[in-house]
Amino acid sequence: MKTTVHATALFDEARVLHDLSHYLPAQAPLKDFVHHNTLHAFQDRSFFEALRESSEIFGYKSSLTIEEFRELYRRGLIQERILQQQLKDAYGEQHLKMWLQRMFQQPYDDPGQPRIGALRDQWKQCHHIDLDNLVHPTLFRLLCNYLDQGISIWPFPLANLSLLEALRHLERDSWVSLFQSKRAKALLLDEQIGLRDLLALVVGKEEWFDQYLFDQQFRHQGWSGMVAAVENQPMGLLDSRAASLRDLIHVELLLEIDALDRVLGPGWQPLAADTGEAPEALLAPVLPTERDEVIRRWQEALEWSFFDQILAGIQQNRLVMPAVREKSFQALFCIDDREGSFRRYLESYDPNCETFGTPGFFGVDTYFQPQDGQFYTKVCPNPVRPKHLIKEYQSAKKRQRDAHFSKHAHSFHSGWLITQTLGFWSALRLFINLFRPSMSPATSSSFQHMDPFARLTIENRDPADVENELQIGYTVDEMAERVYRVLGSIGLVKEFAPLVYVVGHGASSVNNPHYAAYDCGACSGRAGSVNARAFAYMANHLSVRELLRKRGIDIPASTHFLGALRDTTRDDITFFDIDSLSLANQQRHAVNEAVYTRASQCNAKERSRRFDSIESHLAPEVIHKLVQRRSVSLFEPRPELNHATNALCIVGQRSLSRGMFMDRRAFLNSYDWRLDADGAHLLNILNAAVPVCGGINLEYYFSRVDNQKLGAGSKLPHNVMGLVGVANGMDGDLRPGLPKQMIEVHDPLRLLLIVEQRPDLVMDVIRRNEATYGWIRGGWVLLVAVEPETRAMYRFEEGKWLPYEPLTGPLEQVNNLETLIESHQDNFPVYLINQPN
Amino acid sequence: METWLIIFILLPVLGFLISLIMPDSRENLVAWSAFGTLGIHLNLAVLFVGWWLIQGMPVLHGKEWILYETTGYTFFLTLYFDRITAAYLLVGSLLIFLVMLYSKTYLHREAGYKRYFNTTLLFFSGFSLAIFAGNFETLFMGWEILGISSFLLISFYRNRYLPVKNAVKIFSIYRIGDVGILLAMWMSHHLWHENITFLKLGNDALVSHHLEEHSMVGAFVSLALLVAAAAKSAQLPFSSWLPRAMEGPTPSSAIFYGSLAVHMGVFLMLRTFPFWEHQASVRVLVGLMGLTTALVASGIARVQSSIKSQIAYASIAQIGLMFIELALGFRDLVLLHVAGNAFLRTYQLLVSPSAVTYLIREQFYSYSPNQRSLENWLPCRLRNSLYLLSLKEWNLDSLMYRTLWNPLKWLGHKLDFLDLKRALLILLPIYAAGLMLLWQEDHIPASLHTWLPELFALIGLLAVLKSFVERKKVRLSLALIVMNHFWIALAISFNEKFEAVHTLLYLSGIVLSGAVGWAALHWLKKQDYGIDLDQFHGHVYQYPRTALLFFLAAVGLTGFPITPTAIGEDLLFSHIHENQMLLATFVSLSLIIDGLAAIRIYARVFLGPHVKTYHEVAHRSS
Repeated sequence: MKTTVHATALFDEARVLHDLSHYLPAQAPLKDFVHHNTLHAFQDRSFFEALRESSEIFGYKSSLTIEEFRELYRRGLIQERILQQQLKDAYGEQHLKMWLQRMFQQPYDDPGQPRIGALRDQWKQCHHIDLDNLVHPTLFRLLCNYLDQGISIWPFPLANLSLLEALRHLERDSWVSLFQSKRAKALLLDEQIGLRDLLALVVGKEEWFDQYLFDQQFRHQGWSGMVAAVENQPMGLLDSRAASLRDLIHVELLLEIDALDRVLGPGWQPLAADTGEAPEALLAPVLPTERDEVIRRWQEALEWSFFDQILAGIQQNRLVMPAVREKSFQALFCIDDREGSFRRYLESYDPNCETFGTPGFFGVDTYFQPQDGQFYTKVCPNPVRPKHLIKEYQSAKKRQRDAHFSKHAHSFHSGWLITQTLGFWSALRLFINLFRPSMSPATSSSFQHMDPFARLTIENRDPADVENELQIGYTVDEMAERVYRVLGSIGLVKEFAPLVYVVGHGASSVNNPHYAAYDCGACSGRAGSVNARAFAYMANHLSVRELLRKRGIDIPASTHFLGALRDTTRDDITFFDIDSLSLANQQRHAVNEAVYTRASQCNAKERSRRFDSIESHLAPEVIHKLVQRRSVSLFEPRPELNHATNALCIVGQRSLSRGMFMDRRAFLNSYDWRLDADGAHLLNILNAAVPVCGGINLEYYFSRVDNQKLGAGSKLPHNVMGLVGVANGMDGDLRPGLPKQMIEVHDPLRLLLIVEQRPDLVMDVIRRNEATYGWIRGGWVLLVAVEPETRAMYRFEEGKWLPYEPLTGPLEQVNNLETLIESHQDNFPVYLINQPN
Repeated sequence: METWLIIFILLPVLGFLISLIMPDSRENLVAWSAFGTLGIHLNLAVLFVGWWLIQGMPVLHGKEWILYETTGYTFFLTLYFDRITAAYLLVGSLLIFLVMLYSKTYLHREAGYKRYFNTTLLFFSGFSLAIFAGNFETLFMGWEILGISSFLLISFYRNRYLPVKNAVKIFSIYRIGDVGILLAMWMSHHLWHENITFLKLGNDALVSHHLEEHSMVGAFVSLALLVAAAAKSAQLPFSSWLPRAMEGPTPSSAIFYGSLAVHMGVFLMLRTFPFWEHQASVRVLVGLMGLTTALVASGIARVQSSIKSQIAYASIAQIGLMFIELALGFRDLVLLHVAGNAFLRTYQLLVSPSAVTYLIREQFYSYSPNQRSLENWLPCRLRNSLYLLSLKEWNLDSLMYRTLWNPLKWLGHKLDFLDLKRALLILLPIYAAGLMLLWQEDHIPASLHTWLPELFALIGLLAVLKSFVERKKVRLSLALIVMNHFWIALAISFNEKFEAVHTLLYLSGIVLSGAVGWAALHWLKKQDYGIDLDQFHGHVYQYPRTALLFFLAAVGLTGFPITPTAIGEDLLFSHIHENQMLLATFVSLSLIIDGLAAIRIYARVFLGPHVKTYHEVAHRSS
C-alpha cells in the first residue's frame, strides 16, 4: 500500500511544491480575470475520470446530482428519445431496461467524505485541537497584508522581501512576537531550518509529509492558490511580491507549532506518534462505480438533448442567402456568445449587411499603456506573449476622484472632521443613487479603457523605438501580416463593402469586484477598443493594403475600416475616428448608425427577458434605458449575465447558423472552408477558440455544479481582500471561481465545437497541436464536423469519427421574435427563424 | 403628543408581522411589507420631529403600561422622547428605509430573501423600542431583541462555518452587555426602590440626593452601564467583534454594523448621562476608554488589508472619540457625530465592492514603489512592534477566550463524569433536600441559612457550565440549562420571603421552552441518529421548521421577551440584596451562560456546514 502522494516513499520538497501548485486553484488576482478550466489539474485525464477523481479526492461536487438530473428530465430538459438512444448505443438494446431502471429508480448513496484532510484531521480526532481556528486567522491576515495592493494605509513593512525574510526582520527587531511560544520564534529566526525539519516536528513520519502538506494547503485552497498564482505569474500584481508557496508553508508550519505549544504545552509528540495507520493515499486510483456511470449517461443525455436540436437546425436551416446586390457594410465582432444576438438584429434590420466573428483582439497582440499609466496592460489572449506596445497620447481626459475611498476617513483626526461633513453627503449620495443611478468614479466602464479622442502609437516609425524590450507600434510588414491572418481566417477576402466595422467589446458595472470577467476574454479581461481601433488603422494603411494586394486580398480604395467598441452590459456602441471618413462614407455611416441603434435596443430587449426587474414587454427603447441604468446601479448584482448558458462554438460560415434562433448560447467564429485547403487557418482558429471558449465554458460548468467549493458562492457578503481576491467576512479563505449571481441561469453543458470542413481535414488539423487536441481527446470539449456540401455530421468519439443523425424532427418555426422573447425567462429550444423576405 | 410615540414602535412591529405571513416565493410582497411600513415610518418621523421642533422640543413621556405588579415592585413599560431619541429616530429611520430599498434588488433570488427582511424588521423593532424606551425595562427589551436579531443577521448564511461561529461569538459578547444592564437594573432597584424612569433620571436634584448617600452604588451602576455600552459599541476590550460581524449580505452589514447597532452603546451612555455626569471618576473612565479605543482601533484600522474590516475599525475609532466627547459633556456634538459616522460608514460599506475598480485604477495611474506612511518616522523597533500588535489586533480576539471562557470551560470540564443519569441521580436528591430545607426554613440555623442561596446558585452555575462544555449529549445539555433555572429559583427563595407566584412566573417560560426544545431534539434524533455537540450539523438545511421551533425554545430559555420568564428574571433579581455581590455574580454568570449554552445547542445542531453531502457544501474556511 502506498502511503504518500506519490509512489516514491520519501519527501522531495521541490516535487511536492510543484504538485501542490498544479492541483491548487489557479485564479489570478482580480485585476485580470482569465477564464480557465477549474479542474485544469485533471486535464490529462478524460472529463468523466476527472469528475470522479476530483470528487473522491477533493470532495468537489463535480456534476449535478442524480436527483437533479431526474428533475431536469421531469421538466423536459432531458429528452427521452435522446436518453434511450444513448443507452442503446452504449449498452445495447438488451440491457436498456436494466439501465433505465438504474437511471430512474435506483437509489445511490451520497458521496462519502473525501480523501483530502483525513491525515491532518487527526489533530482534532486525537487531541481535540482545532488547528484551523488557531492558525488560519493570523495566517490569512499575514498573507493578505503581504500581498495587499493598496487597501491598507500602513503597508506591509519590507514587502520587497520574501514573506519569510520580511517576517524574520520584523521579529528580530521588535518587542512583540508573532508567536506566543519561544520555540516557534527561535525556529523562525534559525535560517538553517527547512520544511523538512518543521515537518519532522509536526508530522514525524517522513512518508506522510506530502500528504500532510496537501491536507494543510487544501484547507485554504483559495489563499494557497493565490500565492501559487502570484509565484507563477508575478505580472499579475502591479506592485509585485516575491511570494512563494514554500514560504507560505514554512510560516504555516511555524504557526502550527506555536498553536500546539500553546494548547498542549511543551512536550507534545508529532502527529504520527498517536496515529496508527496511514490514511488512504491521496492520489491512488479511484475506482469507477455504477453511480459514476449513471451520472455520465445523464450528463451526456442532458448535453445531447440540446446539441441534437442545434445539429438538426444546421441541417434544416438551408435557406439560400438572399443575393445581395450591394453590401451596405460589413462588421467584425468578437466570437463572444453575447454578440450573436446583436449580429442577428443587425442582419435582420439591414439584410444587405454581413457580419463576421473572430477573437476580439483582432490579431493585435500587444500591450497597451494609457496616457499617465504607470504600467502596461496586456490586451490579447492570456497565453500570448506580446512583443509590441501601443501607447496612448494627447488625451485630455481627467480621472475623477471620490472621497469615499479616501484613506483619510479612516484616520483618527481627519476622520473626525470627515464623518461630520462627508457623512451627511454620503446619505445624499446614497439617496441619489437609489433613485437616479448614474456613472461615478466607482463605476468600471468599458469606455474608460481608452480615450477615443487620444491618439495611439500603432505604427512603428523607427525600429529603435523600444521600451522595456517591447517594440512601440508595428512595422508595415507586421501590420500586413496581422490583417492578412484575420481577414483570411474569417473568409473576408473579396467583395468588400464601403464600410467595414471592427467592433471590440467591453462591459460596464459598478460594485463588482469581478468586473474583469465581464470584459473581453480574448483581450485578457479588458475592453477591445484599442485592438479594434488599431486593426482598423492597419487595414486602412495604404502600404499595408499594397502588401495585402500582393497576397491576393484586394481592398478597394473606397473601402474604409472603422473601429468601434460595443458595451455588452449597456448595449451601447461607440465608433472611433469618424472624422477620417470620406463624405460619402460619412453619409453611409449615418444610415448604418441608425441600424446599430435599433439593434442595440432590440438586443437589450432580448436580454431583458432574463431580468426579473425589467418587464420585457416594454418597448425596446424603454428597455434599453433600463438596461443602461442597471449597469450603474450600486444595488444591482447582475448588471448582465455574461457568458451564462454558453454551450456551443460554431466555426464556419454564417449561413450555417444565420437562420437559427440559438438564444445567445453560441460562440461564433467565421471560417470559410473553401479558402483553407491545408487547414492553416483552421489550426489558428482552433488554437485560440478551444482554450478560450473551452475555458469559459468549463469555468461556468464547475462554478455552476459546485458553487460553494468550485465557485465563489453568493457575491452579496463578499469582502475585498487586498485587491487580489474576495472572501466572506474578515477571516475567510479567498473564494476563487465565479459567484452565484453569474452562473445561476447556466445549464452545465460542455462546449460543443461544430466545424464546417471535411472531417478528414478536421481530424488532421486537431492533431497538429497536442495542447488543443488534449481538450478534444479527453472530452473536455465535444466536437462535431459538418461536411460542407452535404451537411452530413460526424461526431468525434475516442479518436474516431462516428456518423451522427439528429433525432430531432422538423424544428418549430418562429415568425415573431418579439412575442417569443416576451413569453418566458427560461432557456428556449432551438427555433428556425422565418426571414421576412 | 405623547400618544403618538407608540406608533413608531408599532409600525416596524406591524411590518415584521406582515412580512412573516408573506409567501416565500413572492419577493415583491415581502419587500413591500418592509419598505411600505418603513416608508410611512420615515415620513411620520420627519413630520413628528418637525412638529416637535415647532413645539419647542419638549421632553415627552408616555404613560406607563403595567405588566406586572406586586408589593414593592412594578414592572411597566413606558416611552420617552427627547433630542437624543429624535436624532436616533431620524438617522435610523432614514437609513433603514434606504437600505431596504437597496436590498430589494440586491438580494434578488438569494435563498433567505424573506428571512432577511423578517430579521431586519425585527431588528428595527428592537431599535425603535430601545430608543423610545422610557425606563430600563423597556430599553432592556429592545436591547435583547437587537441581540437576537443580530445573531440571526450575522448567521444569515447559516450553512457556512464562519458566519455561524462568529454569530455565536458576538452573541456571547452581547450577552455580557445584557448582563451589564441587568446588574445595573438590579442595583438601581435598590438605589431608587422603584423601577426608575428616564424622566426621573433627568431630575438633577433627585439624582444627586440619592448619589450622595450611595456613591458606591452609583459607581457600580455606572460601571455596569459602561460595560454594556462598551460591548455594544465595540469599545475596548470588546472591539474585535465588529469586523467579524460583517458576515451577512453587504447591506445588512452596512446598516447594522456600520451604523445602527454599533451606535447603541453610545445611546445608552447618552440616555443615562444625567445619572453619571456628576461622578467625576466615571467620566474620567469613559473618556479614557474612548481615548484608548480610538488610539488602538486607529492603529488596527491602518494595517487592515480587507475593505470591510478597515471600515469597521475606523468606525470603532470614531466611536471612541464619541465616548471622549461624552465624557466632556458635549452631547449635541455626539449626536452630530453619530449621524455623520452612521451615514458615512453605511455608504462606504455599500460601495465597498467598488474599491477594487477604484483603487486598482488609482494604483495603475499613480503608483510609486516607495510609498511612505506616517509610521516611517518612528524608531524601527517601536514601529515593528506596533505593526505586529496591530496585525494581531492586540490579541483582543482571543482575550475573551483566555480570560473568561477558557477558565469557565476548564471548570465545566471538571464535571465531565456527569451523564444524564448521573446528573439526575446526584442533582435531584440535592434539589429535593433543598426543597425540604426550604419547607423547614425556620428551623435552619442562621449561619447556615445565609450561605444557602450562594450554595444553590453555585450548584446551578456548575450545572450550566457543564451544559456549556458538553460535547456529546445534546439533551443532557438542554436539561442542565433548565435545571440551572430551577437552582436559581431555589437559591433566591431562601433569600427573601416572597410569593410563590414570582417563582412560577419565572419558571413557567423555562419549563415550556425546555419541553418544546426537548421535543424538537427528540424528533430530530428520530430522523437522523447521531447528533452531538462536537461539531456543526447544519440540519436547518433539511429541517427548517424544526430548527425554527428549537430556536424559539432556545431564546425562550435565555429569557427573551416571548415568555413570562422575561419579567420573572427581572423580578427575581430584585430579590437579591444589594450586599449579596457573590449571589448576584453567580446568578448573572448563570444567565450569561444559560443563553450561550442554549444558542450553542441551536448552532451546533441546526447551523453550520450540513453533514449530508447530497448538495453543495462550502469549505469550512470559506
